[in-house]
Amino acid sequence: MAWTVLLSFKSNAALMADSGAAFAPPWTLENYAAILQGSLTLQWLANSLIVATGATIGVLVLSSLAGYGFARLEFPFRRSLFVIVLLGLAVPEQAVILPRHQLFAWAGLHNSYPGLILPSLTGSFGVFFMTQYFRAIPKELDEAALLDGASRFTLFWKVLLPLTWPAQATLGVFTFLAAWNDYWWPLISATTSDYFTLTVGLASAQMNYAQTSGLGFLMAQAVFASIPILVVYIAFQKQIVRAMAGTAVR
Amino acid sequence: MNAALRDRLVGYAFVGPFLLVYAAVMVVPLIMGLVISLHRADLFGRREWVGLANYSEALGDPVLHQALGNTAMLALLIVPPLTGLALLLALALNRPGRFAAVLRGVFFSSLVLSVTIVTLIWRFILTPDAGLIAEGLAATGRAPIPFLSDPDLVIPAIAVTTLWWSLGFPVMLILAGLQQVPGDIYEAAALDVANRWTVLRRITLPAIRRTLLLVVMLQTAAQLQLFGQAQLLTGGGPGGASRTIVLYIFEVSFGRWELGYATAIAELLFGMILALTLVQYWLVTRHEEPRA
Repeated sequence: MAWTVLLSFKSNAALMADSGAAFAPPWTLENYAAILQGSLTLQWLANSLIVATGATIGVLVLSSLAGYGFARLEFPFRRSLFVIVLLGLAVPEQAVILPRHQLFAWAGLHNSYPGLILPSLTGSFGVFFMTQYFRAIPKELDEAALLDGASRFTLFWKVLLPLTWPAQATLGVFTFLAAWNDYWWPLISATTSDYFTLTVGLASAQMNYAQTSGLGFLMAQAVFASIPILVVYIAFQKQIVRAMAGTAVR
Repeated sequence: MNAALRDRLVGYAFVGPFLLVYAAVMVVPLIMGLVISLHRADLFGRREWVGLANYSEALGDPVLHQALGNTAMLALLIVPPLTGLALLLALALNRPGRFAAVLRGVFFSSLVLSVTIVTLIWRFILTPDAGLIAEGLAATGRAPIPFLSDPDLVIPAIAVTTLWWSLGFPVMLILAGLQQVPGDIYEAAALDVANRWTVLRRITLPAIRRTLLLVVMLQTAAQLQLFGQAQLLTGGGPGGASRTIVLYIFEVSFGRWELGYATAIAELLFGMILALTLVQYWLVTRHEEPRA
């Protein structure tokens, strides 16, 4: 990894001569400048940010609501519905990805942000995770709040949701990571380069890297693509480890 | 409106939004997939009922057999070492202190890289002309090794790449599991002067067996679906020596446009993963008391 970072700061000419040159000065910023000026990389970066952020917000909202519902409320078919959701954990992506591709083609959702985001929102893991977390919160809290005349929604929004912060952070980061790094779905759903995510865009550059601008440039792109995700990851690392220890593997 | 009815409606209001999306984007495609796999279908709308013909074609398809062998080999080369390495690392890193914390961060960091970047890095490590390993060999006067074009070396090369990439998540899961083992058990063991090996074998491992099971199940399912590394590092070559099942599904659907056949293979893979997961679960939990 350090090697990648070093390579990204080298001029392409120097690398042509000797790839071992990465370990010695002079280093240069020219590859990064090229990213910012030319290619579609910035557009791809924006796409990735929009898709990953949309997926994260969507998953957190849907999973929190459903998690609370499954953990605390009584309604017909609650158990069977929960089992159906859990079965989703065992479905490999390939079993649904082709029909989903057809379905989205029929609905005209390809090459659009909703088309890229929607599949991320079906993850059963988030619902399972949030249900477990809500179950671990003492029921006395609910009862006290309801006695005070709070509605179900006020209870959920004002009392319980703030308590789930570590779980939200963990689920959020994992969703963001997964959406950011997803390769299959954006590869087949986004067919015009305007809607490529960074992962797909870099891959398309990598596959014909003989024709593109050289090793240093590619490595600069790689480093560039990793920065946002590393920032998110480092910012939430403490919460992740704490929440994992608390709930995930019980 | 009476209170009981209102309570039910509130319940559906909370779980409804997720269930709607889940039904539309997960359940519907799953059922569509089963239907499509019984047809000869392409991406342009041609569709003709062929019953189980796709499945019987799959059973006799030599390319699929090769892909199945490659995938099984990869899973075997990845899952056991990955679990073992992750366990060792987690045991070593499960201690307070700044140094361990920094190392934890380093191991988790490969987790955040996308498959594109992972393969980009490893391609330049493995490539025989001026790759990192080739440079090292050249410095000691040896010939470069063509990892990605030798049919015997390409599977191990992809396995090592995947190991490096996937290590972070199992380490994290096992660390989380280790932190839940109550400390007083260790104190009791220390009083009984048990040695470290006995403590590990008799206390730690049994305490985290459910976590280890989770790691093995998740990793098996993930490695049987290995796709990006193979596609980007080798494109399945040389001569199909590194073609995985999912890569084959991708080729059949988006190269040959045979949607029905591709979906049938995907359903077979689904069945395989489900069966393997259930067997692993049964193997690990059959001696346990049933849990509430």
